[in-house]
Amino acid sequence: MASTIRVRATATGDTTEVQALIQHPMDSGFVKDAQGQIIPPHFIQQLTFECNGKAVFVADWGTAVSKDPYVKFSFKGGNKGDDLKISWIDNKGASDTTTAKIS
Amino acid sequence: MKVRSAISLASVALALAALTLAAAPPASAANAIDPAADARAFQKFFTTKFPKLKLEDFVNGPYSLNEDMHRQWVEKEEFPPYEFSLDMGKEMFAQPFKNGKSYADCFANGGIGIRQNYPYFDDKEGKVVTLELALNRCRQANGEAPFSYVKDEMAALTGYMAFTSRGKPFDIKIPNDPRALEAFETGKQYFYTRRGQLNFSCASCHVQNPGERIRAEILAPALGILNAMPIYRSEWGGMGTISRRFITCNVQTRGVPLDPQSDEYRDLEYYLSYVSNGLPISGPGARP
Repeated sequence: MASTIRVRATATGDTTEVQALIQHPMDSGFVKDAQGQIIPPHFIQQLTFECNGKAVFVADWGTAVSKDPYVKFSFKGGNKGDDLKISWIDNKGASDTTTAKIS
Repeated sequence: MKVRSAISLASVALALAALTLAAAPPASAANAIDPAADARAFQKFFTTKFPKLKLEDFVNGPYSLNEDMHRQWVEKEEFPPYEFSLDMGKEMFAQPFKNGKSYADCFANGGIGIRQNYPYFDDKEGKVVTLELALNRCRQANGEAPFSYVKDEMAALTGYMAFTSRGKPFDIKIPNDPRALEAFETGKQYFYTRRGQLNFSCASCHVQNPGERIRAEILAPALGILNAMPIYRSEWGGMGTISRRFITCNVQTRGVPLDPQSDEYRDLEYYLSYVSNGLPISGPGARP
């Protein structure tokens, strides 16, 4: 299966701008399906961005984040060609990781 | 506002007058179905209402209507929310059926770059055939179960097919067949007929009031509205097809929606696509 993470990171001057899109249902646990059954909560708990092994952005998420979340931030440092590792782990223990090059 | 609509009304009247003059010879000119004249008048109405916009800008719907929306659009297109669906569509399109054939066998040019020719009038069946319908017929002809017309798989497939056709102008043809003209006319009537508890026609929002707000949303002009289909709507939290768009519109006016791909919807799509002839395909799109 294709990765659930899309990422684009561009370095300009001494800052790097990162945009990421993650495919995840982010079910809150408060919604019922067509049969009237509660859809159990299923959401990303932790999202981490690491640049050259150092965490630059860590988010502890809950049920309030929308489906297929989009994240944009920038950080100081990071050069063209550096590795940016993105990983998430959800409340069911599932996870995904991808590595992108800063351009 | 009043002045502006008066001007646009006047110009439509002028355009109509000019057209009736040009099409003077047949005695029944006033009642004759003339799709080409309708399309010219339709496009003229919108270019007069929004004089700053170029014709191809209309395919971006509300995102072309003001500076602020346009900035949002530029940002959104950098990382479009339909990307996952597009990848899924590409994968599905390449995947062969159980019998070894694939979608490419059902369409001209292997299904690549042909979105602008749909819907077309099928003279054997005597009805309009849309891309969504053609896709499901392709599946059924190859022994596969049809997809739902409104859900994700259909949107992914049509999204991929639209993507390969981006930039190609809509090229809908109306053959010289009374049934085709009737389909066009039925579609037009559906578009302008008021319905639902709120007594809205499609035109109430998308011809009379594009650019105005309906709650927090900016209404899209009807011109070019199908060029961007299928769309990822933030409101839906997912992708939607043309069928889904029509159904939602009916529901929002508190009307009873028709079945997806019913004759009226097919005719409506035929009409709406035809009057946007010449505008480039821009789907899949993203809308608030």
